[in-house]
Amino acid sequence: MSEQATTQTAPQQGQHTMPAVEAIGVHKAFGRLHVLKGIDMTVMPGTVTVILGPSGSGKSTFLRLINQLETLTGGEIRVDGEMIGFKKVEHKGQEVLQTLNDKEIAAQRSKLGMVFQRFNLFPHMTALENVMEAPVHVKHMGKSEARELAVAELQRVGLGQRLDYYPSQLSGGQQQRVAIARALAMKPEIMLFDEPTSALDPELVGEVLSVMRQLADEGMTMIVVTHEIGFAREVADQVVFMDGGVVVEHGGPEIIDHPNEPRFKDFLQHVL
Amino acid sequence: MAKKQVDGEGLDIPDRIHALPVRRTGPVVAGVIVALLAAMLAQGLVTNPRFEWNIVWKYLFNENVLEGIGYTLLLTVISMVVAIILSVILAIMRKSINPVLRGVSWFFIWFFRGTPVYTQLVFWGLFSVLVPKLSLGIPFTSVSFWSIDSSTIITAFNAAWIGLALNEAAYLSEIVRAGLEAVDPGQTEAAKALGMKRSLIMRRIILPQAMRIIIPPTGNETIGMLKTTSLVLAVPFTLELQFATNAIANRIYKPIPLLLVACIWYLFITSILMVIQSRLEKHFGKGFEARSIVTEDNGDELDGPVAVSETKKDRIARGNNVKMIGLNA
Ligand SMILES: Nc1ncnc2c1ncn2[C@@H]1O[C@H](COP(=O)(O)OP(=O)(O)O)[C@@H](O)[C@H]1O
Ligand SMILES: [Mg+2]
Repeated sequence: MSEQATTQTAPQQGQHTMPAVEAIGVHKAFGRLHVLKGIDMTVMPGTVTVILGPSGSGKSTFLRLINQLETLTGGEIRVDGEMIGFKKVEHKGQEVLQTLNDKEIAAQRSKLGMVFQRFNLFPHMTALENVMEAPVHVKHMGKSEARELAVAELQRVGLGQRLDYYPSQLSGGQQQRVAIARALAMKPEIMLFDEPTSALDPELVGEVLSVMRQLADEGMTMIVVTHEIGFAREVADQVVFMDGGVVVEHGGPEIIDHPNEPRFKDFLQHVL
Repeated sequence: MAKKQVDGEGLDIPDRIHALPVRRTGPVVAGVIVALLAAMLAQGLVTNPRFEWNIVWKYLFNENVLEGIGYTLLLTVISMVVAIILSVILAIMRKSINPVLRGVSWFFIWFFRGTPVYTQLVFWGLFSVLVPKLSLGIPFTSVSFWSIDSSTIITAFNAAWIGLALNEAAYLSEIVRAGLEAVDPGQTEAAKALGMKRSLIMRRIILPQAMRIIIPPTGNETIGMLKTTSLVLAVPFTLELQFATNAIANRIYKPIPLLLVACIWYLFITSILMVIQSRLEKHFGKGFEARSIVTEDNGDELDGPVAVSETKKDRIARGNNVKMIGLNA
């Protein structure tokens, strides 16, 4: 049995289906701080992977590596089978890696949508303008078409009546739903969520989780870092527990109720 | 100024409180004292014969004075526009990943901030003497693609605004840099994650937000520039307001009334600039006001109908306006 965390319950997991995201021996260091120490993970298309772990274990760093907000120090990450961040080139008769330029990175990012803990909506734009921004200026979509798309995405997250509100006029839960709509408007294949409900008042967590659940039901490939154990139990196809920069335990959602590793047991006791 | 709205107006609130406001004596006392002082000042200004208001009045719309105002405004506008454009470029260069651009920007700021503007203006005035010919070619060779007499380009007027603009750009670029750095890095990350490129992120996301922080000190700098234009006599350029009034004063031996003429005009222009600044602040403050404005909560069901009613849109817009007015009196 390999160390890779492989989804068991992927719906369309045929013999030759390509993983949506595949991490192979991923290392990341910030200066002398070794944060990720060999992460292996496989995420099949249409599945939901929930990453659990104590604060500081490197969960955000891992997501940010997938989306190239950080640069890989070692190992390899593949999205749809394509290596991200680098390309192989011939240099002095040897095959070496070369860092991708901005344009190539932007192209790879287009497959990924990301939702942040602190929403990061553009405060000088209305909800509608936030969602229209990338379709208009990155995909060069026409204004009216982009508007239609943005309205549809905002309706999908239940904010059809908040189009002309600025982020400062919305609750945290509403802001996060706008952020989800903004990411979805770029039609990503994979959605990354970094503690999307951690900055919310408890009574607002449910509305965001229900949007995410709906998204999972529609077959979106998702990697979710969260402390919402209930969500993990219900929605996850794969649960990964990280601690100290390594994957300590992984498996189906059932491992939440039957953890093997003492560190995972300990963590669950603190969270539940 | 929008009228103040009473909390809960039109709502059915039982036992609504109608309390008298706190009794404050401070404003009354201050009001009386200020009114007295103002009256004394006004009386002194109007009745003091040495101010010679008849002469002030006579020269207030004098042809040379009006021409001076024209040139002062022209110099202020041209040098500020050029300085603002240049300062944004310098600030972005300063934060570039390209070390050569960073170095050039650093050097520019170091040089033009580090020497007195008066001296710089003297040098720009002497430019065509020091460098008679401007040419484009390869240094230390005789290869030259293009050349022209300096004196045809660096006229006194051009020397004046170039000198002012370059000096001002160095100061403004630090203001712009502070503005850029005040924008949450999360904004850049979110924009990157949406596939936006660096230049697009700067133009669409960072700069508009930085403007909020940049505008008040830039308004300050513009008003400063209005008065700094009087230094262009170092070039020498002698048609702006300060020089014009001074020339008249020397001719008729009446310095005080002509200083008053200049002051009145400077104050008038400054007031207009302050109105413009306040408009700009309102424009770039969109979305940043406190969230108290829209309070009623409806239609936030997870698939509510689409359209936002006009009335609500208007109300939000109005609410936004109210918040920004008066920030800047
Ligand atoms: N840009 C950075 N520079 C230096 N250290 C960082 C940076 N980002 C994260 N770290 C460090 O990496 C470790 C893991 O952080 P993070 O991935 O945010 O953990 P988690 O999301 O699991 O709480 C922490 O010790 C954090 O301080
Ligand atoms: Mg984190």
